[in-house]
Amino acid sequence: MSIDLTRRRFLIGSGVAATGILTGCDAMVRSPSVNAVLEKGEWLSMKAQRLLLGGQQLAREYTEADMSPVFKANGTQMPETDVYKRLIDTNFADWRLEVGGMVKTPKSFSMADLKAMPSRTQITRHDCVEGWSAIGKWTGVPLGLVLEQVGLAPGARYAVFHCADDYEQSLDGSGLYYESIDLVDAWHPQTILSYGMNGKDLEIAHGAPLRLRVERQLGYKHAKYLMRIELVDSFKNIGSGKGGFWEDRGYEWYAGI
Amino acid sequence: MTSGTSGTALNEKPKKVLFYRHSLAVRITHWLNVLCLSFLLMSGLQIFNAHPHLYWGQYGADALPDPAFLSIEAYADGDSMKGVTTIGPFQFTTTGVLGASKMDGELTPRAFPSWLTIPSYQDLATGRRWHFFFAWFFVINGFVYMLYGMVSRHFRRDLLPTRAELTPKHLAHEIAEHARLRFPKGEEARRYNSLQKLAYVGVGFILLPLMILTGLTMSPGFNAIFPWLLDVFGGRQSARTIHFITASLIVAFVVVHVIMVLISGVWNNLRSMITGYYAIKVDPAPASKGEVSK
Repeated sequence: MSIDLTRRRFLIGSGVAATGILTGCDAMVRSPSVNAVLEKGEWLSMKAQRLLLGGQQLAREYTEADMSPVFKANGTQMPETDVYKRLIDTNFADWRLEVGGMVKTPKSFSMADLKAMPSRTQITRHDCVEGWSAIGKWTGVPLGLVLEQVGLAPGARYAVFHCADDYEQSLDGSGLYYESIDLVDAWHPQTILSYGMNGKDLEIAHGAPLRLRVERQLGYKHAKYLMRIELVDSFKNIGSGKGGFWEDRGYEWYAGI
Repeated sequence: MTSGTSGTALNEKPKKVLFYRHSLAVRITHWLNVLCLSFLLMSGLQIFNAHPHLYWGQYGADALPDPAFLSIEAYADGDSMKGVTTIGPFQFTTTGVLGASKMDGELTPRAFPSWLTIPSYQDLATGRRWHFFFAWFFVINGFVYMLYGMVSRHFRRDLLPTRAELTPKHLAHEIAEHARLRFPKGEEARRYNSLQKLAYVGVGFILLPLMILTGLTMSPGFNAIFPWLLDVFGGRQSARTIHFITASLIVAFVVVHVIMVLISGVWNNLRSMITGYYAIKVDPAPASKGEVSK
């Protein structure tokens, strides 16, 4: 059995270098002004893709024959929060999805409510930022339909997804997973709140009872264990202000590349 | 053919002539390319380290039973660990370089060693930021070069091999000459030889564009824009594999390129790529236009 570095160790810069001697390159890597220049590249990537993705082009959909025999579970696979433990005890019977923030009528949806809405099933490829891919079949309600029910207030620009898992255990909740997308992706037909995977109910390892699928971006955008969707005009005051758990730890907000 | 042996000029010494070989555009884009490719390679290896397996097809994760045909991993070895590189059915112990190498004096599981990655420590987010920044830089630089090469007729004049140069007989002769480390001299050295032309065309028009296309094929956003790229390369994981193999071929080219620069007159070569002027020895004859005699 090979030794796996934990995902955390891989995704978050390891602390080893902090105690060691930095090479010239590493000193440059840590310089804020260098990073400010490099981030221009991220801005350019997003602008270029958005320019070319002006329409609502779909991510490729595959056939059942193309599906991964085993879909790798990653990130949190068993949330440790009390909230989530209680949900498991009742088999998610009391789970509700709260949708609020800059909306006309905040609403709370039960799983039955969501399943009663029109659904979409898509076989798509999940691309992890680490480099691997898996193909699975997702069933859920298009996010756009949920947003239509609550109605967006003027000025709303982003949908923020608050999750039940604390990827980094913390007392103040700063380790809770969250993500955000803008309205271009929120209204995209393949952006769904998924409750079914590969023909069955979504498993805990994959984000039960509900996860986001935002198919034209990398895996970390596909927030699992959804509890609340908040419409905002800016995510400056959420978490560390970068728009997501991994974004707060250095990853790009726009994960189309 | 050197001047010393040509009959007409026996009495006179061969003259050193500097001629203008590399235009300013070629020199600038060449060195920017060196910069970009260095950063792209090292940040690329950082990204590879986050998932040190390669697959073929649309999908591939380290979940069984997805078959990886290349893996660079660390395995427990008593109290310590060993680095193991697996290519298909073959396993190699590569402790110290691949799979497990020292960081701050301690053996650590990592596919490529810290001296080959940016940053030296494990940090995928930073590796990606550097990679994509220099990818843009590289693409813009390459675009300027391509535009210049076409407009100035640099490609047609200097890089396109002639039919005569591509005959098996001529190529066999050049390969034999190169193998003996005998390089064109005098007037012949004014032009690239056919092996040079083929190498430069192969890298500039095949390998480097392939890097860009396979890189873009790994982008889920780009897949929605140009889904046909997935079909061209046989899937995202195939594209990732081709990206890796092509990068290896470019590294191989650079190694040969640098060796050739070193053994075929390092100062002359360096001067020509910095100032533009390359020296050749020719029979004394009236210098043609654009030349500086010394």
